[in-house]
Parts: sequence; structure tokens; C-alpha cells
Amino acid sequence: MSHKTMINIGPFHPLQEEAEFFQLYIDGERVVDVDVRISYNHRGIEKLDESKTFDQVPFVVERVCGICSASHPLAYCQAVEEIAGVKVPERALYLRTIVNELERIHSHMLWVGLAGHFIGYNTVFMWAWKYREPVMDALEIATGSRVNYANCKIGGVRRDMTEDQLKAIDKLVDETRRDTEQLVKMVLDDPVLHARLKGVGILSTEAAKAYGACGPTARGSGVDIDVRRDDPYAAYDRIDWQVHVDDGCDVFAKTKVRLLEVLESIKIIKQAIRDIPKGEIDAKVENIPPGEGVGHVEAPRGETFHYVRSDGSNYPVRHKVRAPSYNNIPTFKASCIGAEIADVAITLASVDPCYSCTERMCTAIDSDSGKEMFNFAQLVKLSQQKTERIRKQV
Amino acid sequence: MSGVDSVSNVSVPLMGFAGQVLSALGDAVIAVDTRNDRRALARIDPARTVEVAKKMFEMDGSRFATATGIDVRDGIDILYHWVFDKVGAVITLKALAAAPEMKIDSIANVVPAANWIEREIHDLLGANFVNHPDMRRLILDDSWPEGVYPLRKDFDQIKDRPPLPPQPPDTGEALP
Repeated sequence: MSHKTMINIGPFHPLQEEAEFFQLYIDGERVVDVDVRISYNHRGIEKLDESKTFDQVPFVVERVCGICSASHPLAYCQAVEEIAGVKVPERALYLRTIVNELERIHSHMLWVGLAGHFIGYNTVFMWAWKYREPVMDALEIATGSRVNYANCKIGGVRRDMTEDQLKAIDKLVDETRRDTEQLVKMVLDDPVLHARLKGVGILSTEAAKAYGACGPTARGSGVDIDVRRDDPYAAYDRIDWQVHVDDGCDVFAKTKVRLLEVLESIKIIKQAIRDIPKGEIDAKVENIPPGEGVGHVEAPRGETFHYVRSDGSNYPVRHKVRAPSYNNIPTFKASCIGAEIADVAITLASVDPCYSCTERMCTAIDSDSGKEMFNFAQLVKLSQQKTERIRKQV
Repeated sequence: MSGVDSVSNVSVPLMGFAGQVLSALGDAVIAVDTRNDRRALARIDPARTVEVAKKMFEMDGSRFATATGIDVRDGIDILYHWVFDKVGAVITLKALAAAPEMKIDSIANVVPAANWIEREIHDLLGANFVNHPDMRRLILDDSWPEGVYPLRKDFDQIKDRPPLPPQPPDTGEALP
């Protein structure tokens, strides 16, 4: 080993959502090892939930993540409904589907924008975030809020949607579809993006399975899993849609899976609005008997897994929350090692790590002199320069 | 508590897909509570966690979702959640890390996905995973005192909170 350098990434950067701390070990231009330290910002939600009643917990868990704030309460409610044996009314299942799919579109569009920025495609960044806006408006119409929807509750949902609201959402989704189709075409046909992202950040199918990767990270590595189809919840088994899998295993495959999923989500929402039945929106839940339940939901980033144990009192004995990034982030060990430094920014970003304040104050320190070599802004710049070089060649 | 462990034993015929999986584990399974063919809970022999994890990991279509640690009367209960995506089944295997040592064999060497969660359970609940490849702190800050486990039932969020580590004096100057 000639000259090993350690690069610290984290714990904060305003570009990303959560706190995480990466240390990259560099030999020349190559990454030789990567270490992750999470929980810079651990909030103790699981402990907090033990002091909340079953009805209060959904509002706590939707604050686990500002982006997955429909998936976490839904997974929790499904776990509790499993304990209590509650049958959720049809209309509530459709309403849950609509909110969860809107969430998926806005999360994926946010990621496409950030990824565009990391590789120096600021036009993609501007467009993706512009096309995301109508979806945020639709979420506001549906739930009254752009984030933290307070929509799901044990036994159903808290608010009904009127015909007018559903029509308005349908119109906004149509608007997004037109723009997104154009964006998807442009991104997938761009020769520079092909050259820049193909073969970068390879996560093999075996490694994806070994690390328990989920969501688009697994589907981009040829693992055909999707909780929505495999263990149907909400109204997904009543709707015609398909799971997109790509066995490219690289960053391009993950990008492609996410972009196609946006279009699929739009399809799901339109069908749900068309087919939604009339009726009750919640079932009466009198008490939660002793028992154990699990609930899992396909959040935008992958499967979010909740386990709840009840002892018959008003408070959960234990509530375990596992967000998808917890399984996806360790895959960096497989995808980053051996990569070029210029590819690290986009490889780390490619799993859409939900790091609420993570990353991206990244400094490279020369191990001999202790002098700073790169910070994260410079790493992003390195990444953007590489794109520029490829652009000139193509 | 509904006695998950007292409901039945292995001699009761196992139903559906969950039944197939559990019967493949043989006599490592001590007690079973199959709710339906997609959800099952079973208690396994805590001395045989590695053997069971290896069998589960090699089964077709299995995926290690996560593990849960629970502070119970007799020690720390470790729940391994396995998902079978093709059939949409979730199978939870429980093993007790008995007090006072709270020792249990680590499965992280056969299931890489269990690496972080075992470190987390060690940090928050104090279960000791034997033969774990990398038992450094994951969740708690380095300044957190040894032997204080915040997710245990006897830990009070307010009363038992350790003091903050000493902070550097505020010089009023901007950071470099």
C-alpha cells in the first residue's frame, strides 16, 4: 500500500436529508475501504414510542423522516392492525394508496434532481424539482400538508377526500406525467449520462442479497422484490401495475428503475382515483389485545419494517422501526471499494440514502501531513468535471 | 402476555409456507405460534442461532429484514425477522440472551446484513454478541458511559440521562 489517505464525509451538509458520517480510505485515486458511522442525530424514537399511547405513535413515527412520512405510520398501523385483527374499509385502502404513491413520486423526483446536481447536470436538477412541485400541491390538497401528512391511523385514515379533491389531484398528476415522460426520455437517451453512469458503483446481485438491500437499490441490481406486489397491502392488489427491475447493477440501472417507477406511480394513482369505492374511511378499534405484529411497507427507498408488541395496555411494550437506508447504506462496502474518487459522490447518492443531515461535509485529509485535500464540495466538483470530460468526448 | 411460547409445540402440525420453513429447521425450533401461512413466530434454541441463521440465509428467496431486541424479565429477547418475498411471508425467530451474561452467538459472520443491527442491540440494550466481527459502537456517542443501556425498561429518559460531555469554551470566533 503506497499512500493511504482518509476522507471524512459528514456529519452535516445542507444538500442531504440526514446525518451520517463516512470515512473513505483512498490509495491514489482509488477507494480501498469505507467505514460508516451512523446516528450522529439519533433521536431515540423507539424509546419515545414506549411512552406514547397506540393512537399517538403514528404522529411520532411520521417524523422519522420528512420524506417517508406516509410510509412509516402506515407500516406501524399495519402492525397494530395485525395484532388487533382489524379489517380496514375498502375506501381507506384506496386513500392510503393515493397518498403513498404521491409520496413516492416526490421522493424519486427529489433524488433525480440531486443526482443531476452531483454529476453536473444542473438542468436536470431544476427540471426535476420543478416537476415535483405539482405533486407537493397534490399532497397538500389530499392531506392539508406538504410534509408530515397525519393521514394514517389505526383502522383506516383520518380524512376523507371529496370528489373535487380527487379531480384536482388527477389533474395535477396528469400535468406531472406530461413533464416527467419528457424528462425520463431525455435522461435515458442522453449519451453522456450513459457514459457517465454505466458501470459505475456496481452492486452485484449476490452482494445486494447478502446485505439485505431493498427498494430501487435491490431492483437496480436485478433482485425482483417489491413489498407492494409480494405482500400486498392498501389497494395494490386491486390495481394493474408492474414492478421495474434492471440487472445493470450500476448507478444507471438504479436511476432507470426510479424514473420508471415515477411513471408507474402515476398510473397507480390514476387508477385508484377512478376505482375508489364509496363508504367508511375507518374501522372502530376498541382496544389493542396483547400480542405481536409486523408491518412492512414499500417506502420510496425500499422496505420499511415495523414490529410492535402489545401487553394489552394503552402503550406499546416495544416498537421497532427499521428504515430502508439502514440496510442499503452498508452496501457501500460492496459498491464503493475499488471505485474512483470522482465516482464516489454519485455512488453514495445512488442508494438515495435517507441521511437526514448526513454526509457531504466531506474533507480529505492527507494522512502524512494532516493537510486537507478535498472537501465534499470539491468531490462533487471532481464528479462534475468527469462528466464534462465525457461530454467532450461524446 | 398471550403466551406465544406456551401456545403449542413442534408436535402440532405446521401449516402452510411458514410451516414448511419451520419444519426445515428441525429440532432447533422449541415452540411455534403460526398465525396464518404468511406470518409465524417461533422460539429457537439460543445456542443454535448461527446454525439456524445459516439455514435460513441459504433458503430460496429468503431475506434478512432486521432484528429486534426486547428487554424481558429473563434477559434480552432477540427477534430475527426473515422475509420471503416470493410468498410475502414474514417469519420471526426468537432467541433469548439469558441474564445475567446476556450472551448469544453473533450471526453477522453468516448474514452480513445482521452486522449493524447486532451492534445497535449491543449499544442500546447490552446484549453480548459472541464472535461478532466488528463490535464497535454504532448508535451511541463515544462520550456515553459504558454499561448504561438507554432502551432497557429500567432506564428513565429524563432521570437517568448521563451528563453531556465537556464542551470546548465558546470563543465567539467564527469556525475556520
